[in-house]
Amino acid sequence: MTAAVPHVTFTAALERHLSAPAAKVSGSTVREALEEVFRGNPRLRGYVLDDQGRLRKHVVVFVNGEPVADRDGLADRVGAAARVFVMQALSGG
Amino acid sequence: MSEAVHVATRKGLFLLARRGGRWAVERVSFLGDGVSMTLDDPRDGRLYAALALGHFGAKLHRSDDRGRTWKEVGAPGFPVEGPASAEADPAKKAPSVKQVWALAASGERPGVLWAGTIPAALFRSADGGESWHLVRPLWDRPERKDWMGGGYDEPGLHSICVDPRDPRTVFCGISTGGVWATRDAGETWACRATGMYAEYMPPERRDDPNVQDVHHLALSPTSPEVIWAQHHNGVFRTTDGGRRWTEVTAIRPSKFGFAVCVHPRDADTAWFVPAVKDERRVPVDGKLAVARTHDGGRSFEVHREGLPQEHAYDLVYRHGLAVDGTGERLVMGSTTGNLWTSEDGGRRWHLVSAHLPPIYQVAFAP
Repeated sequence: MTAAVPHVTFTAALERHLSAPAAKVSGSTVREALEEVFRGNPRLRGYVLDDQGRLRKHVVVFVNGEPVADRDGLADRVGAAARVFVMQALSGG
Repeated sequence: MSEAVHVATRKGLFLLARRGGRWAVERVSFLGDGVSMTLDDPRDGRLYAALALGHFGAKLHRSDDRGRTWKEVGAPGFPVEGPASAEADPAKKAPSVKQVWALAASGERPGVLWAGTIPAALFRSADGGESWHLVRPLWDRPERKDWMGGGYDEPGLHSICVDPRDPRTVFCGISTGGVWATRDAGETWACRATGMYAEYMPPERRDDPNVQDVHHLALSPTSPEVIWAQHHNGVFRTTDGGRRWTEVTAIRPSKFGFAVCVHPRDADTAWFVPAVKDERRVPVDGKLAVARTHDGGRSFEVHREGLPQEHAYDLVYRHGLAVDGTGERLVMGSTTGNLWTSEDGGRRWHLVSAHLPPIYQVAFAP
């Protein structure tokens, strides 16, 4: 039996630009979880984060249904079996 | 004459071709995405398209087959700033590119490019856009802290004019930050906006070259010491490579506008699209017009034939007017999605489409 691990899902709106399949990760913060995905998909990084590694202004990340508090540092904790959703914010539409 | 024109819009990139005397849309790329700038590189035929994605940032794509297929390449980006700079001024956020606002070929070697961005910075690529680096000597100028947003929240670098005699000489227009020039390919810079004045500034700063809201620059390819500028409060011209600018007061029907282009072989011939200034930003009396000078700005003709003369609210953005290599064929695109061409140097205009998305840039294929 495998241990429960965080699961990262990306908005389908990204599919028009590049492939961003859901991924199982091992990080304990949002930053670690996302960076793990970006290592296997480097182009995705610039769609989610800005030049300084902050969450883009019109991108939101939810952890278990709650928007992350630390949009610049992404230090929010990601527990085992956490569900992380990377979405586009309606503000950017 | 150029038989093709690229039209970058809020909802995609349109390639129009002239067949049997008529212009028609031949290809649509990036439908639905904002395309802030394109470059059709005359050195190697490569096309570049900068996307301004509402959610996912500034991207750059390149086509090696004239737009049939595209590949995403690197986008200009600022280096990551360490925590030290944030501590020094926590209120000032470290920069991130919001939009690519200018693209230019640099010199004869294919693949060497300049890019201008919002926030205002210049980037250089030596590998066809695969990778970019920030031109530090301009970014590190202390005067940069006085640059201001002009239409956008942050200042932007929208004009890159490369001297065809010596590509190490480059003039950049910044809104708002005047005109900055280098003669050594970006190693050293000087502000070259003396003679411009800013009506909107307090009297003490009115003549400060570094605060001038330059809307667009056009450098004469055959007399590169001549540069035309459409400025927030008027038209200016230099005949000595930017050392001194002189206001062109004969412009009519108004002195506000964004677009300017210069004849490919005659530095005294230039075109403008005047509008009502400041908060309104619409054609004077709802009648769209193109102003042309043949005598270095001493006099202007105002051409209206073929352009809407009743309740027209088209604004032509700074990259929305272009002339081809003959000086006879022009293209103009508006915020209302109207596209016109002229076959006689801008006297008479012909509507090509009234239904395109808002137009950011028009560019003839070489």
